[in-house]
Amino acid sequence: MAFLAAVAAWLTDPLHWQGSDGIPTRVMEHLELSAAATAIAVLLALPLGIYLGHSRRFGFSAVNAANVGRALPSLALIALALPVSFALGLGLGFWPTLIALVPLGIPPILTNSLTSVREVDRDVVDAARGMGLSGWQLLFQIEIPIAAPIVIAGVRNAAVAIVATATLGAVVAGGGLGRYIVDGLARQEHERLFAGALLVALLAIVTELAFGVLERLAVSPGVRRELQPGAPD
Amino acid sequence: MTPGEPLIRWEWIAAHLGDVGHRILEHLVLTGLAVSIGFVLSLALGVWAAHRPGVYAPITWVAGVLYTIPSLALFALLIPFTGLSVLTSEIGLVSYTLLILVRNIVAGIRSVPADVRESALGMGYTPAQVLWKVELPLAMGVIVAGLRVATVTTVGLTTVTALIGQGGLGYFIIDGIQRFFSTPLILGAVLSVLLAIALDWLLVQVERLATPWARTRQ
Amino acid sequence: MGAVNDLSLLVPPGEICVLVGPSGCGKTTTLKMINRLIEPSSGEILIDGQPISRIPPTKLRRRIGYVIQHIGLFPHRTIADNIATVPRLLNWPEDRVRRRVDELLHVIGLDPAVVRGRYPAELSGGERQRVGVARAMAAEPPVMLMDEPFGAVDPIARARLQNEFLRLHQELRTTVVFVTHDIDEAIKMGDRVAVMQSGGLLAQYAPPEELLTRPANDFVARFVGADRGLKRLALTTVGEIELGQAPIVVEGQPLGPEGAGAPTMPAYHLLLDDGRRPIGWLNSRRMAATGKTSRDQADESSPFVQRDTNLHDALSMLLGLAVQTAIVVDDQGRYSGVITLEDIARALRSAIESAPVPTPVP
Repeated sequence: MAFLAAVAAWLTDPLHWQGSDGIPTRVMEHLELSAAATAIAVLLALPLGIYLGHSRRFGFSAVNAANVGRALPSLALIALALPVSFALGLGLGFWPTLIALVPLGIPPILTNSLTSVREVDRDVVDAARGMGLSGWQLLFQIEIPIAAPIVIAGVRNAAVAIVATATLGAVVAGGGLGRYIVDGLARQEHERLFAGALLVALLAIVTELAFGVLERLAVSPGVRRELQPGAPD
Repeated sequence: MTPGEPLIRWEWIAAHLGDVGHRILEHLVLTGLAVSIGFVLSLALGVWAAHRPGVYAPITWVAGVLYTIPSLALFALLIPFTGLSVLTSEIGLVSYTLLILVRNIVAGIRSVPADVRESALGMGYTPAQVLWKVELPLAMGVIVAGLRVATVTTVGLTTVTALIGQGGLGYFIIDGIQRFFSTPLILGAVLSVLLAIALDWLLVQVERLATPWARTRQ
Repeated sequence: MGAVNDLSLLVPPGEICVLVGPSGCGKTTTLKMINRLIEPSSGEILIDGQPISRIPPTKLRRRIGYVIQHIGLFPHRTIADNIATVPRLLNWPEDRVRRRVDELLHVIGLDPAVVRGRYPAELSGGERQRVGVARAMAAEPPVMLMDEPFGAVDPIARARLQNEFLRLHQELRTTVVFVTHDIDEAIKMGDRVAVMQSGGLLAQYAPPEELLTRPANDFVARFVGADRGLKRLALTTVGEIELGQAPIVVEGQPLGPEGAGAPTMPAYHLLLDDGRRPIGWLNSRRMAATGKTSRDQADESSPFVQRDTNLHDALSMLLGLAVQTAIVVDDQGRYSGVITLEDIARALRSAIESAPVPTPVP
């Protein structure tokens, strides 16, 4: 109990809410890094996945390639990004972490967008074409809205993994909330360590919930799970 | 990293072969322990929840929250209580296997056709016999699929435990980062990927041996 | 050898042309060539004398209604938005679209106020099938293509949907090309039936009557089956034969003087409500004894059939329920007569007698 009180004291200490090592700064650093990595992963993987799913070609090899990426441990990704970053003259901190986070976000987005667009009911596609929708109309009015819940789930998984792994950026001298954990470990300051971990956990959960809200707003009630009696978990 | 330094110094690896073997073993023990404990826990939870939606929802909710918490943060939350120990690592690693394993075990059991279950009961199997002799064997494919994902994920997460004094192959990665020395860094990363692929392959073989009836379909 | 070879077919405007044949005979391929979902390797298809190969596919398809077996309703769009698909593609003004949607929902017997904002997953199979037909008709296409449209619903719902569609077609007189593998459905729905053999070869193209009485060859004879006479029942509706009349009594009113106590009093009276809708049979003797004509005494075992039900369906219904008599009602549900197994047997005999002697099939 005394320990938790100390953590609470640490968290409410005004000194920890200002300056370059203050909580607002660290949260912003963490969010900037995560948002940039997620945005780049979306820009790379989403159009590709949707295109491959729409054309119903190359799907298998693309998913396989993405799955190999999944076997790469996040710490290893950051470690391997370090020499790359140095070779490009980008140094420590933000850039090697970003370079590591983007490939981490690609597999879930690519796999989900590809399979969900490809697996839109053939009868629905057939009916749409038979009614005279053009290829683009089919893609934007039918395939993407129906695939939306799974596409968004893919982006959510990517974003949550990126927020989580951005914590490890502190190991390569990056900013973000991981700083409190890494510094707390190094200095044996358990209050700092624990408070940082709490903030990171909170940020990850908020990210997850935010995508839940996005799904509610962006997905037609007709394709939400509660309407589908036999939907899998 | 340092100018003129080659990416890989093979002679460094040759000089540290004993250390490499030791770290691979440590990695295997940390991963194997976590997946085994996680599997036993998940099996109990999954069997309990498979036919009870009221139980399944809260279990997956808790497992989902655990899964969402970043690994380093979860370890950090435990350190004040369990220290820089194997226990801390294992609690964290086990937590991450639960969501994947429980989901797949429940999905596997639920995928057993109702008429198969019914005919087993009709022939006089007890509910426990139905579970062990019918439901779990038929659910094997889905369960092993979950086990593969959980294992590959755990191999990766085990490297993170190097930050709290454990780590197996993660030790080389941290060592490389701290000394700006690319050889151990790449060695640790590459070996942990190879380890993940090897364990995944091993599980596929186990599945083939354990489910002879599924082989003809391939 | 392609899926369809050397097929030449003229569909007169306003008629239902059914393509029927075993699976793999190329009937669906033929259908999909009409809206250019499949392009023919040679030959030409004309609509109103215009070759369709010169019309851009999307433009062509917006003028042709299309219904498929699994309907393919868009799950992410409401029922109203599903039906509005083609009118919106054609840029109809929004108030016209809305009026058309409500009109069509009325036509298919669904309440617009209830159904408009629902999603397909919230409807039953039969309701979804109706919405599929409504969606295909939305932009008043002069031509409709239907690929096993009632194949995925149960037999009772199918008969109802078929009757509904025939009634609708009476009014609209759209040109329809209809694909099925079910010869009974073909005979019931078609003004003309094209029996196809594998490779898209046309075995016979004729009105159903002729198909049954004069099968062109062995294949057609086997395909329409040995029970051709029985199948001809599908060509006659209940309303087309002379119906019997039962003694009737109206609920709450006393038995008329002509019936009560007379030595020739029939054993049963048919009880109607005050809107002349039938309820069931009352035992005349008991009714005369108690003087009551209330519905809780009524025996409701006789099924109701509509005047536009065909004799084949009426017969199946009677045999299925193991009863002798069905009560015939008009489209408002009012009493119109009764039909018995005997009436149907008579119709069957006359159908066989009036038909020319069929060519013997070895």
